[in-house]
Amino acid sequence: MTELLLEVQDLSVRFKTDDGAVHAVDRMSLALLPSEVLGIVGESGCGKSVTALSIVGLLPSTAKVTGSVRFEGAELLGASRSRLRKIRGRKISFVFQEPMTSLNPVLRIGNQIEEVVREHMDLSRHAVRGRVLELLDLVHIPDPGRRIDEYPHQLSGGMRQRVMIAMALACDPKILIADEPTTALDVTIQAGILDLLRELRERLGTAIILITHNLGVVADLADRVVVMYAGRKAEEAPVGELFAHPQHPYTIGLLGAVPRPGAARNGRLQEIPGRVPSLAQLPGHCAFADRCPRADERSWSEVPQLRRVSPDHTVACFHPGEG
Amino acid sequence: MSYVEATPLGARARRRRILGRRFLRRPAAVVSLGIVVGAIGAAVLARWVAPYAPGETDFDAILASPSREHLLGTDELGRDTLSRIIWGARASIQAGFFATMLAMALAVPIGLIAGYYRGWLDTVIARVTDVLLAFPFLILAVGLAAILGPSLLNATLALGIAAVPPLVRIARGEALALREEDYVRAAVANGANDAVIIGRHIVPNMASTLLVQATLTIPAAIIGEAVLSFLGLGVQPPTPSWGVMLNAAQSYLGEAPSLAVYPGLAIVIVALAFNLLGDGLRDVLDPKTER
Repeated sequence: MTELLLEVQDLSVRFKTDDGAVHAVDRMSLALLPSEVLGIVGESGCGKSVTALSIVGLLPSTAKVTGSVRFEGAELLGASRSRLRKIRGRKISFVFQEPMTSLNPVLRIGNQIEEVVREHMDLSRHAVRGRVLELLDLVHIPDPGRRIDEYPHQLSGGMRQRVMIAMALACDPKILIADEPTTALDVTIQAGILDLLRELRERLGTAIILITHNLGVVADLADRVVVMYAGRKAEEAPVGELFAHPQHPYTIGLLGAVPRPGAARNGRLQEIPGRVPSLAQLPGHCAFADRCPRADERSWSEVPQLRRVSPDHTVACFHPGEG
Repeated sequence: MSYVEATPLGARARRRRILGRRFLRRPAAVVSLGIVVGAIGAAVLARWVAPYAPGETDFDAILASPSREHLLGTDELGRDTLSRIIWGARASIQAGFFATMLAMALAVPIGLIAGYYRGWLDTVIARVTDVLLAFPFLILAVGLAAILGPSLLNATLALGIAAVPPLVRIARGEALALREEDYVRAAVANGANDAVIIGRHIVPNMASTLLVQATLTIPAAIIGEAVLSFLGLGVQPPTPSWGVMLNAAQSYLGEAPSLAVYPGLAIVIVALAFNLLGDGLRDVLDPKTER
């Protein structure tokens, strides 16, 4: 078996707030192979972003993180600030959701990309500019020689997201964490960005963790999918398997809520009744129980553990099945 | 390399032209800029611009009213009022600029450290600032000048230090807001260190706010210098200063009220011009006020 690039084990994140602790993530485990695309899916507030941010220690100091995050075999949780800084951007880099505000309005885009290159690589001034042009070209920004000296306000949202991706790729990172990279963009622009990510994975062999609430995006790009619910992993499977044979009622519900051409034309999408539970106190039972058609007494009295339904398919449910 | 040649008219140059046009649409700001430039010019070039030396006495014309020789009349020692106002601009402009620079040099780093790093240091700095803000600017300046002893240098130091608290508050507030910006988060995620974040992301984005604040601090310091000199805590006679002239004019208010009017007008006009210029700059640099 190939060596794991990133291994997250039993990661829990608690935030101390005035109203007591909030459990954003509870005993989450993830594994990432080199050049693999892992999709993390779930609704807002299910802990997807928090999980990703905690990998390189980007959470605010009010967060209490326990568990283990191993990158290339070395523990990252509790690593020193300077060591984390060497990994951020250099080995593991981020693309965030908001391309409109993620670029500094007073700096030319070339300078902003340059900054990352300089922080991590020892290159001459001339070589740095060459590298920036190469990066702009890599993310298919037309006319890089002109764009390099423009300011963010002169670029469209899609262009800016390409610049953000160029910044993230500046030092050939091993892992690119894309947190809702297409959510703020028009659908056609989204498709372009997804094509770009796919192409980059193939050309550079960068592993990608793709965080999204959009199952279409995941189906398009990911090799393997983790479905999160209320801070816990609900289901994990290769993408084809997950879409063909979903086991967790939550996953089934999510899939039912995706509009599909040619699907049953009864005029309505299936919605999941109820609301996401508050994370203020984790329930001592299945977090999905109050919205689940299959919930029974056991769901209301125990927390379901992950179990294997096939070699690479795990699910945390007492009553799994395609039903 | 063709890349370098391909660069068209710089975006920065274009932006500057847009800002320039926006500035020209504000007559008050343009007139103010003229007055400010005139006052600075007069201060720097006093030796050549002023018709007489500041201490030159003409005993044939004591407390004279305006005439061809003395355009604004003379004082109790026959010194030319116009010349003394021009020479006096030196003290005012010097105090205004240097006090503001000193205040900025102290306040911006303090405010940045407090706002960016937070923690207990921020609490201490913010509370001390609040306490100091309870004292009016001039009271603080007068107190400090009294401790330091009377001279233009000490008056400037006193004014500079007294102007620190409000600027700390502004720099801190800006740093607090800017550190939460997405591009700062993105820079952190890409491994930037604190120096890069502060130097490249935070300071440039607060620069326009600070520039406007500086143009509003200068007139306060100019008035402050006049007040200190009037009270005898700043420039010492016979060196001319608008405050010193006002003080001297007090004794002759009955006979020659114009002696007090001209330096007073100089203070009002220059301070007002700096204020209006600051307002104009704020409107021009703040995209939110654009109509």
